[in-house]
Amino acid sequence: MNSKVWIVAKREYLTRVQKKSFILVTLITPIALAVFFGLMGFIMNAGSKSDQRIVIKDDTGIIQQMAAADKSFPYEFSDSNIQKLKEDYQSQGYDLLIYIPPLRDSSTMSISASYYSKEKPSLSMLETIESHLADQIETFRMHRSNIDQHLLDSFKARVNLENGAMDPNNPGNSPVVGKLNIIIGTALGFIMGFMMYLVIFIYGSMVMRSVMEEKLSRIVEVMVSSVRPINLMMGKLIGVGGVGLTQLALWAVLIPVVLTIVSAFMPGVDPSQMSHVGNVSQVNEASFDNFSFHQVMVALWNLKWWLIIPVFIIFFLGGYFIYSSMFAAIGSAINEDMGEGQQLMLPIVIIVLCAFYMLFPVLSNPNGSLAVFASLFPLFSPIIMPARLAFDPPWWQIVLSIVIMLSTVWFFIWLTSRIYRVGILMYGKKATIREMFKWIRYSD
Amino acid sequence: MSILRLENVTKKYKDQVAVDNISFEVKRGTIFGMLGPNGAGKTSTIRIITTITGPDSGTVFFENEILNHTHPSRMGYLPEERGLYKKMKVGDHLIYLARLKGLSAHDAATKCKIMLDRFDALDWWNKKVEELSKGMQQKIQFIATIVHEPVLLILDEPFTGLDPINTSMIQDEIFRLKNQGVTILFSTHRMEQVEEMCEDIILINHGKNVLLGNVQEIRNTYKENLYEVGFKGSLPQQFNGGLELVKQFDHTAVFRIPDQDTPNHLLQYLMQSGCEIQSFREILPSINEIFIRQVKGISHE
Repeated sequence: MNSKVWIVAKREYLTRVQKKSFILVTLITPIALAVFFGLMGFIMNAGSKSDQRIVIKDDTGIIQQMAAADKSFPYEFSDSNIQKLKEDYQSQGYDLLIYIPPLRDSSTMSISASYYSKEKPSLSMLETIESHLADQIETFRMHRSNIDQHLLDSFKARVNLENGAMDPNNPGNSPVVGKLNIIIGTALGFIMGFMMYLVIFIYGSMVMRSVMEEKLSRIVEVMVSSVRPINLMMGKLIGVGGVGLTQLALWAVLIPVVLTIVSAFMPGVDPSQMSHVGNVSQVNEASFDNFSFHQVMVALWNLKWWLIIPVFIIFFLGGYFIYSSMFAAIGSAINEDMGEGQQLMLPIVIIVLCAFYMLFPVLSNPNGSLAVFASLFPLFSPIIMPARLAFDPPWWQIVLSIVIMLSTVWFFIWLTSRIYRVGILMYGKKATIREMFKWIRYSD
Repeated sequence: MSILRLENVTKKYKDQVAVDNISFEVKRGTIFGMLGPNGAGKTSTIRIITTITGPDSGTVFFENEILNHTHPSRMGYLPEERGLYKKMKVGDHLIYLARLKGLSAHDAATKCKIMLDRFDALDWWNKKVEELSKGMQQKIQFIATIVHEPVLLILDEPFTGLDPINTSMIQDEIFRLKNQGVTILFSTHRMEQVEEMCEDIILINHGKNVLLGNVQEIRNTYKENLYEVGFKGSLPQQFNGGLELVKQFDHTAVFRIPDQDTPNHLLQYLMQSGCEIQSFREILPSINEIFIRQVKGISHE
C-alpha cells in the first residue's frame, strides 16, 4: 500500500495514544468497572438482608413452638398483651409487629394475620415473612400427620437436560460443564456483541469528529495537495483502528487484573455475583449457583480461544472499517453544526441498533436461521458473528461471513472515499444524504 | 520552455461551469499571475493543477508530461483556506508535511530545521501550533509549502489575511525563489500586486479566459494614447490635429493624441503655445482598468 497511508496512520495513531485523555480513559475504565461491579454486589447483598427488627405475637402457639426448634427462624416472639404491644413495640426497639390470632380450625388453608408498622413495609419483605410463617405451619402439620421430612424430600424430582453429544476431544467434560458452556457462551457472546456495538460508536465518532475538525481547520486543503483523499482517509481509519485495538488489548489485560484485585479486597463480593451483573441476557442467577468457581474456570479455559480471539479481531476490524468509513463520509459532509451530523448518522444508528437487538434472539437460538442470516449479512455480521463464536458455528459460515464482510469493507471504503473527497472541500452548504449519493458519481 | 501547460481545460460542477475551456502556459522561472474576482474559477483551476480534482475535459502538462499524481510532490501549494493541526508541535508538523511530499524522515528533519532557522523561527520547534500567533502560523504555513524545494510554487491568494510584515516577507521570498529558478504561479483578486510582481498573467471571469499574456504587452495593447503633462503657465484654448484634452486639474493635464500621432507633436504644440513643461509621462492603463473594461465589454455583448 501507499507509503503515505502509513505516514498518515502513524500520526493519527501516535497523537491519540499519547494524549492524556486516552491514557486516563484506558486506565480509569477498568477501575470504574470494578467499582461498578463492587457497588452492585454490595447493593445486592444489602438489599437481600433485612435490618428490620420484627416481633411476633402468636396466639395460635403453633408457630412459636415450631420456631423454637428451627434455628434459622429470624424473628422474635413476645408474650405480652396485644393491645399493650401495639402501643409500645416501637419503644421496645421493633420496627414491625405481627399479630396472629388464634386458629378456629387447625387445618384451615388460609390463615390471616395482621401487621403493624409505622412505615410501609416492602412487598418482598411481607412475602418473606409470609413464607417463613407458612413454613412453620406446614412443618407442624406434617409432624401432626406423622410425615417425615426425609420421606417428603424423597418424592421430589429434578430434571436436567444436557447435550447428548459431548465433545469427544474433551474427555474432561461432564454433562454439567456442557450446560455451563452454553451459559458462558451466551454471556461471552453478549459481551462481545456489546463490545462491537460500543466500538462502532466510540471509534466511528472519533473518526467523524477528526474528519470534521480537519475540514473546519482547513488543514485538509494543505493535506490533499500531497496525499490523495482516499489515502488520507485510509490512513486515518487505520490509525484510529490501531488506537481501538490498543485500547481493547490493554483492557483485555487490565480488566481481569483489576477485577481480581477488587474482588479480593472487597468484602461480600464474590465472583458469582459479578457474573450475574454481567449477564443481562437469559442466564438467570440461579443457574450459575449450581456450578463451582472451579468448573467455571475450567469451562472458560476449554473455550476455543485460539479461534475466538483472532476471529473476533477480524470482525472487530471489519465492523470498524465498514462503519467508520461511513462516519468519515458523514464527517466530510458536515460543517460547523454537529446537529447536521446527528441527522446523517441516524440511518447508521438504526442499522447498528437493529444488529444489537438481534443479539437477544440470536443468543437464545444461536444456530437458528435468523442467527445464520444475521451473521452473514455484512452490516450485522460484525456484531452477530462474534457473539455466535462460543457456540461453535460451522466453519463454512465463519469463512463465508468473513469473505462477505471483507468484500463489503472494500466496497464501502471505495464508496465513502468518493463522498469524502468531495465533502472535505465543500464548505458552507448543508449536505443531504441524496446529495452525498450524487457526489459518488462525480468524476475525479 | 514551459513548466506547466493547460489545454482547453474544463471543469463543471453540478449547476455551473467552474473552469470553461482555459488554456495557458507558464514559462519556467517566471512569476505568473492568475487574476479574477472572487468565484471566477481561480481556485478550481489551481485544484486541477495540483491534482486535487481532475478536469472534465482538456489536458494539463507538467514539465511536458501529462499531469499525474506523482507531480504534486514537486509542487508547493499554499491554499487560500489554510490551516494547521493545532495540537501538533511546529517541528513535528513541518516534518509530517515534508514527509508527505516524499522526503525521507532524516531529510525532512534536516531541511525543516534549516528552513525554520532561515526564518528566525528555530526556537518555535517544540511549541504547539496553537501557542503561536496568527502571523507566526502563516509563516509556518509558508515554510511548509517550500520546505521540500518545489520547482513550481502555487500560491492561492497568498496575501489575504497577512499583516504588512508577513506580506513583504512573502513578497521577498517569492523574488528570492524566483532568482533560484523556481516558477511561481499565484492567484489574487488584487490587481495592483500583479503589476508589481508578474511577468505573465491570465485574467479569468466566470471560468473563462478574458485576457492572457505579458503584463507590459497587455498594458501597451490596451493603452489609449493618454499622456499626463505637468506644466506652468496656461494651456492653449484650442487644440487641432485631433489632440484632445481629457482632463485638467491644477497644473496637470491629460491629453489623448490620435493613433497615428506621436507624443512629440503634443509637446511641440504645447511649447509653441507658451506653456512651460515640467513633467511628461505616458499613462498606461492599470490591469485593474483593463480587467474592468474587459469584463464590462463581455457582459454588454
